[in-house]
Amino acid sequence: MKGIIKDYPGVRALDSVDFDLRTGEVHCLVGENGAGKSTLIKILAGAVTKDAGTILLEQRPVEIQSPIDAQRLGIGIIYQDFKLVDELSVSENILLGQEPQHGRFIRLLNRKREKERAKEVLGQLGEDIDTNTRVGQLSTAKRQIIEIAKALSRSVRILVLDEPSAALTDHELRNLFAILGRLRSEGVGIVYISHRLDEVFDIGDRVTVLRDGAHIHTAPVQEVDRKTLIRYMVGRELEQEYPKVHTERGSEILRLEGVSTDFLEDIGFSVFRGEVFGIAGLVGAGRSTLAHTLFGAVPKYSGRVFLDGREFNPRSPLDAINAGVGFLTGDRNRYGLILPMNVRENISLSNLRQVLRGMMIDRRKERGVAESYSGQLRIKTPSVESVVEGLSGGNRQKVILARWLFTQSRLLIFDEPTAGIDVGAKREIYLLINDLVQRGVGIIILSSELPELLGMCDRIAVMCEGRMTGIVSRTEATQESILALATQFSGEGTHAR
Amino acid sequence: MRVNSAALRTMLSEYGIGIAFVLELILFSALSPHFATIDNLLNVSLQTSITAIIAVGMTFVILTAGIDLSVGSLVAFAGVVTTFVLRMDVPLPVAYILGIGTGLLFGACSGGLAGLLVTKFRITPFIVTLALMTIWRGAAFVVTEGRPVWELPEGFAEIARGRIFFIPIPTLIMLIVFGAAHFTLTQTRFGRYVYAVGGNIEASRLAGINTNRVLLKVYVISGVLSALSGILLASRVNSGQPNAGLMYELDVIAAVVVGGTSLFGGKGTVLGTLIGSLLIGVLRNGLNLMNVESYVQQVVVGVVILLAVLLDRLRKS
Repeated sequence: MKGIIKDYPGVRALDSVDFDLRTGEVHCLVGENGAGKSTLIKILAGAVTKDAGTILLEQRPVEIQSPIDAQRLGIGIIYQDFKLVDELSVSENILLGQEPQHGRFIRLLNRKREKERAKEVLGQLGEDIDTNTRVGQLSTAKRQIIEIAKALSRSVRILVLDEPSAALTDHELRNLFAILGRLRSEGVGIVYISHRLDEVFDIGDRVTVLRDGAHIHTAPVQEVDRKTLIRYMVGRELEQEYPKVHTERGSEILRLEGVSTDFLEDIGFSVFRGEVFGIAGLVGAGRSTLAHTLFGAVPKYSGRVFLDGREFNPRSPLDAINAGVGFLTGDRNRYGLILPMNVRENISLSNLRQVLRGMMIDRRKERGVAESYSGQLRIKTPSVESVVEGLSGGNRQKVILARWLFTQSRLLIFDEPTAGIDVGAKREIYLLINDLVQRGVGIIILSSELPELLGMCDRIAVMCEGRMTGIVSRTEATQESILALATQFSGEGTHAR
Repeated sequence: MRVNSAALRTMLSEYGIGIAFVLELILFSALSPHFATIDNLLNVSLQTSITAIIAVGMTFVILTAGIDLSVGSLVAFAGVVTTFVLRMDVPLPVAYILGIGTGLLFGACSGGLAGLLVTKFRITPFIVTLALMTIWRGAAFVVTEGRPVWELPEGFAEIARGRIFFIPIPTLIMLIVFGAAHFTLTQTRFGRYVYAVGGNIEASRLAGINTNRVLLKVYVISGVLSALSGILLASRVNSGQPNAGLMYELDVIAAVVVGGTSLFGGKGTVLGTLIGSLLIGVLRNGLNLMNVESYVQQVVVGVVILLAVLLDRLRKS
């Protein structure tokens, strides 16, 4: 791809970007959100048309105007949110759009051939998945394999994976890497997009960094290190990744005694002002359920919760908010923001009564509030009247944080505070957390990223299968000690990242 | 930056339908000498008012990503209920208050029932209101034994036929309903919640909004406004007709969608709905004036609905 340019109204998403891919290599594409990775990939996939530049495939210029063109040229893309039909079986999905048929006048589906073909492709990947299973019943990792099989069945020469690791466990990721390795040795060129730099060094042959729509650097992976990559991505030297500050521990803000729900069992712990309290655990350990219980979104069966020494028994999120609890959900876009609404409306949503005059919303006052928080938290948006859909992950998170600051929350629960947020903005979120701790707000962080918990928390509680298996302090916590607690009941070696 | 253009697009799409409406007015003025007369235009507004008032309620429902198919049957049943009560042997003012009151109350109850089934029992709005549509239509025929309710007290017909300063009363009521709805949606907390729930119901719940209450209210609003229309229609034909308002739900949904409200919820305005209603009303009137056969009219109206939505889509992409 040479000199690719793509303009969106008011912004140049790609500015003369060059990108090349060799047969049999894994080429990693990295950059912060908004750097242009997705746009570049979408152009290659035919999902977006370029404004200028040329694409050469084996030295021949090609025009890719639609996804069908891309498919015909042997370019396969696996998006983050898979494009599979949940209701169809594995084999039906793999051969979707190229179903084998037989019969002369009335063309019938050749189901037998379909299954054989699907098995064949899965075999190539060294996978043995029952081709009759409904795709909706499969795990994320398996579905990803189905996506790859789907691409393979069309004899791809180029395979693009957009953030494939986002929802995979370590073990599943190893398996994916093994498959990619096999494809690479068969001469497939692979473009691998990821936020996690470790993966670049694990699987990549070469790496390209994009920043603000421009090509910054391409080099063999052996010639760069983590720090250089981050510098290229952010455009400046990044200070400490986890800017932890120490604050004097204050009064107890939250205490749980023997809390049980239909999933949690006998949970008890205390959180104090001036500390960041982390909760670790594998996917499905009950972290999120615990957060939802504290927020009144999931009912508890037994046990007592105290907020600032007073019994606290929220029956709905509204109860929890009125008591001063704020919850920054893991999936901001689905459970946090109202995407079609603007920044102002998203910030004031949980506390509209503060900006009411009679029965009317006082727009000017509301705007003032939104602007004040937007300034305080340095939300990057053209104005508070802009729709949140146009904001980056980090800024979206800040909008939600602003919402809870406006409700005067005294306890904030962050579920995956920096998921989908790029390196530079991550640090900003951590600094804001520091600031809140110093102002006496209670902070709980749930995270599946251990380095984040180890870097930011004073104490870390570990959960496993609905139970709390231990609380470790900052000084004694290590990846190993937490993992041991997190897998206490599961016996065999599942590994968390 | 993308955001600005998004705002621009919303503005364009709002004006877009307005521009289409103005073009339509100019077109019919040129084609028929009888079109651009005050009498005719007031007549259009009168004819449109019945469905337009329902369309306001429908806008609330669709903004929450719901749908209300029961509106047409509500029109019939509310008309029947009101006219039934009006015939009772009580002094006239009392009969009016009772009659209209029961009609509206019935609408509120039906809406409340729909809301309850949608929120507490988690049945999709489509199914709930489809069932209610059948129930109320059937009930209207059952209670009237299939015959219209005639012989209403003097003056009932005057509600729909009367004018205040040349303006037909239904038109006036329509304008008041639109004004109140516009105010509610843009200026009040409830209005904000309607958009929030339609934009993302789960996020709204986690933001502390009582989403069930919001949903319940929009169905009550839709029910009451349908009943109001039913009473106005009964007054216009001076009788309670069990087959009144047949297929209104489709006309009303068309008006809302032409007015730019998204069926997926969260986006739309009552101003758009007003213009959407008028656009379709004017189209029917204009075609009538040009002596276009009624079967052909149906085809034309359908085509225009598609064009309006298509235009909207093209502008947005």
